[in-house]
Amino acid sequence: MNTPLRRVSLFVMLLVVALMANLTYIQVIKADEYRTDPRNSTRKSLEEYSRKRGDILAGDEVIASAVETGGRLRFQRTYSDGPVYAPITGFFSDRFGSRGIEAVENDVLNGSDDRLFVRRLSDLITGRDPEGGKIRLTVDPHVQRVAYDQLADRGFTGAIVALDPKTGAVLAMANTPSYDPSPLADHDNNVQAEAWAEYTEREDGPMQNRAIREIQPPGSTFKLITAAAALENGWRSDTGVSPDPVVTLPNTSTDLPNFNRNPCGIGQSATLKVALAESCNVPFAEISGELGADTMRETARAFGFDEELFIPVRVEASSMGELGDAAQLYQAGIGQRDVRVTPMQNALMAATIANGGTRMAPYLVDSILGPDLSTLDSTSPDELNQAISPETAATLTDMMIASEEYTGGGGDILPNVTVASKTGTAQWGTDPGANPPHAWYVAFAPAEDPQVAVAVLVESGGDHSLGATGGKVAAPLGREVMRAALGGG
Amino acid sequence: MSQPMNQPSPPGDESPTVAAAPAGPPPPPTRRTTELWLLAFSAALLSIANILVDANQEAALTSQILYNGAAFLALFAAAHFAVRKWAPYADPLILPFAALLNGLGLVMIHRIDLAMASRLEINPEDWQAVYYGGPLVGRQILWMVIGVAFFILTLWRIKDHRPLAKYGYTCGLVGLVALALPGIIPFQSIAPTINGAKIWLTFPGFSIQPGEFAKILLTIFFASFLVSKRELFTAAGRTFLRMNWPRARDMAPLFVAWGASVGVLVFERDLGTSLLFFGMVLVMLYIATERAAWVVLGLTLFVGGCLVAYQLFGHVRQRIANWIDPFATYDEAGGGYQIVQSLFSLGSGGIFGSGLGSGRPDIVPEPHTDFITVGMGEEMGFVGLSAVLILYLLLVMRGLRSALAVRDSFGKLMAGGLAFTLGFQVFVVVGGVTKLIPATGITAPFLSYGGSSLLANYILIALLLRISDAARRPAAPPKPKPKQAPIAEAHTEMVARPT
Repeated sequence: MNTPLRRVSLFVMLLVVALMANLTYIQVIKADEYRTDPRNSTRKSLEEYSRKRGDILAGDEVIASAVETGGRLRFQRTYSDGPVYAPITGFFSDRFGSRGIEAVENDVLNGSDDRLFVRRLSDLITGRDPEGGKIRLTVDPHVQRVAYDQLADRGFTGAIVALDPKTGAVLAMANTPSYDPSPLADHDNNVQAEAWAEYTEREDGPMQNRAIREIQPPGSTFKLITAAAALENGWRSDTGVSPDPVVTLPNTSTDLPNFNRNPCGIGQSATLKVALAESCNVPFAEISGELGADTMRETARAFGFDEELFIPVRVEASSMGELGDAAQLYQAGIGQRDVRVTPMQNALMAATIANGGTRMAPYLVDSILGPDLSTLDSTSPDELNQAISPETAATLTDMMIASEEYTGGGGDILPNVTVASKTGTAQWGTDPGANPPHAWYVAFAPAEDPQVAVAVLVESGGDHSLGATGGKVAAPLGREVMRAALGGG
Repeated sequence: MSQPMNQPSPPGDESPTVAAAPAGPPPPPTRRTTELWLLAFSAALLSIANILVDANQEAALTSQILYNGAAFLALFAAAHFAVRKWAPYADPLILPFAALLNGLGLVMIHRIDLAMASRLEINPEDWQAVYYGGPLVGRQILWMVIGVAFFILTLWRIKDHRPLAKYGYTCGLVGLVALALPGIIPFQSIAPTINGAKIWLTFPGFSIQPGEFAKILLTIFFASFLVSKRELFTAAGRTFLRMNWPRARDMAPLFVAWGASVGVLVFERDLGTSLLFFGMVLVMLYIATERAAWVVLGLTLFVGGCLVAYQLFGHVRQRIANWIDPFATYDEAGGGYQIVQSLFSLGSGGIFGSGLGSGRPDIVPEPHTDFITVGMGEEMGFVGLSAVLILYLLLVMRGLRSALAVRDSFGKLMAGGLAFTLGFQVFVVVGGVTKLIPATGITAPFLSYGGSSLLANYILIALLLRISDAARRPAAPPKPKPKQAPIAEAHTEMVARPT
């Protein structure tokens, strides 16, 4: 019986070898695939509670931090001024994933980024508790606060974006209504679930990132692009344009009137400058028709249309939509029909004009810091393209100064500061007459040496209902934000 | 003792007392001290593991760990002294290996207790943590103590394994009934279906898996049955395909075993026990008869049974589908979720593991029973789990070595059967949870939470120790000699030769 016993021993050894070979396949060869499988995320995110997640800073102000709980899950993510910064920070939830900077800079915040390698190594050797890196945002806490309050205090639904036109740094990015990300990071799953249900079920959509994810008709603010296209193609600011109060869309019987069917300028003749200042629809519809779809689209693209940006949070691409026939082209020329933009895109447009036609890439992350606040990496401003010539930019600036004067109601936001702006009152929906229009305001200041560019969107007329205009509803907000950015109260 | 005639003298046998000369060589060392040191080593190792778990989970180390280590050592010291008294020549490695495995299982269960407790802290309605019903480590310690008590009892009551052969048929009957009972009893209150398998008998206060004990009883039965009928199995038959085939009527026990294992598969839905039981019978037949034909025949039957079961039963098809591509059936009820979670756990552990207490083995369903080895793979990595597998392999090899060394056929068959069953069970459970074979639902010996499994396996190693003691024990000093003294002392040369 000993020979078969020996063979059985051999067989058992083979079984164990087979098990170990299989384990090698799973734990060595396929390990990475299994580790990174999205369905394996519970393991990953819960693991992250045990390490101190890095702070998110706006200037020197800590807006998101990991607070020691004393419990077994050592750290809980909390957000000071949660609703103010929610569109930027996003949230960090083990049940509902993460969004915003929390999501895109996760590797830095949880400490697994390669730039933190040396730090990790020294943590391991010294036995120091491992900590994630910190993210310092470009956001100016004062400007951000003003932007949020301007919207929230009036109970508006909308968004404000402020950029530094020279660098592309995002100075403010606010949304209303907003939400508090703290409960979504709560260790109590029920708190998380309740907050999630509330935020997602609310009619006014507090979790919609209006500043960068929602595209809306730009209305007259788009005339800046039509004007830029005209100036780049032979027009001058004093070129004569049609003063007519109404134009019939080509091949249709539909009229396209100016605002309140007013004639443009003094009624006999008008210039491009006057047309932009008074925001006449007829001339810009005609210019668009004359320049043609290709030129219009090309100019819009130079300003950033049809392009997703990652700042590093994703920005929805703005679009001109279909430009099939002349009627569509006429309407697109004044920012209606299928033209859709994000407030970020409109702010970028203003910033590009302010920066002499050079379009700088917008960015939210100023620098990546180690746990000890040492700078590990910082973002250097990145030039995207020369959208328009410096001459065109200068002419547009002049025209925008005139527009700001025509809009009125502002006065000087600060002594000796000139503002260049354009308003927009965008109709939307299937029955534009019954929907309160979206009010827009894009601007930069000081006009001669721009420090800040803003875009304000107030959806559905704000507090003016059907009578809303960009000048009445959106402009005051934009001016306050610029005042804050330029050092005023 | 009936060694086959064509059997060469086993070279590996430790038979130092073949010729018990009056002076005799000194008795072989008992090596009990080695055993004690190994047990102390195990206790130290487990205390370190315990420290790692607590440090990673709570960051608060208490002197409790020292007490735990001391209690562990004290318990196995009792087992050790039982061995010293009743089986002094027994293999010195078997008990420490079993103790170490059992201790590692305790550490893992304690670790999963902590994980489940913290999950309840976050969400009191976390269904998996609620269902877990922990902490379980206290109950497992109780079972361990009872297991060791049964171990001592077995050594004490069974002083010689050979008389067990007399109870072969009794063991067979009881074993078969035990195996079949949960499947036969229709009442869910007594024989409930848990996780799809109907292998439990519940009593007020506790429940048992009779299949765990059946495997020992049936090993004893087959050992005694095969030894008594060996001549028949080896001699009769005819040659076909260059193999010596048994006569049809001699195949009856094989068919009975096959029928029983298919019955377990069908009525108890327990692929693991079915596979284990059938593998055991095949290997014992092979050891007894040395004919490969049995293995070929048995495997054919088993494959045939599996094919039929696959055609007839949805749950078998589901198991196979989950085995072939668990990711495809991930979202289905009863689909590949469990096995995928196991793969995620193992993959996340990688080569060196997350460290004891730093992983998330509690995410895998049944982390404390069938899937306990997966948790070890996650936290101790490929390296740690391989070490555990090698520990098992060494334990089985010591058992098979005792089978080689013991001199009686019954002992050989029984030790061979028991040791192989242990090893095969490890293969079936670990292979099942690592997607090498279809998932089975069977406990990892000594590691998994569960009283029946622990109790049965402690009895199993007690029997192995009994047989290994018999193998290494020097033959009793020739007692008849004094009786025959007058004749023996009459020197042959003194007898005068008739002329």
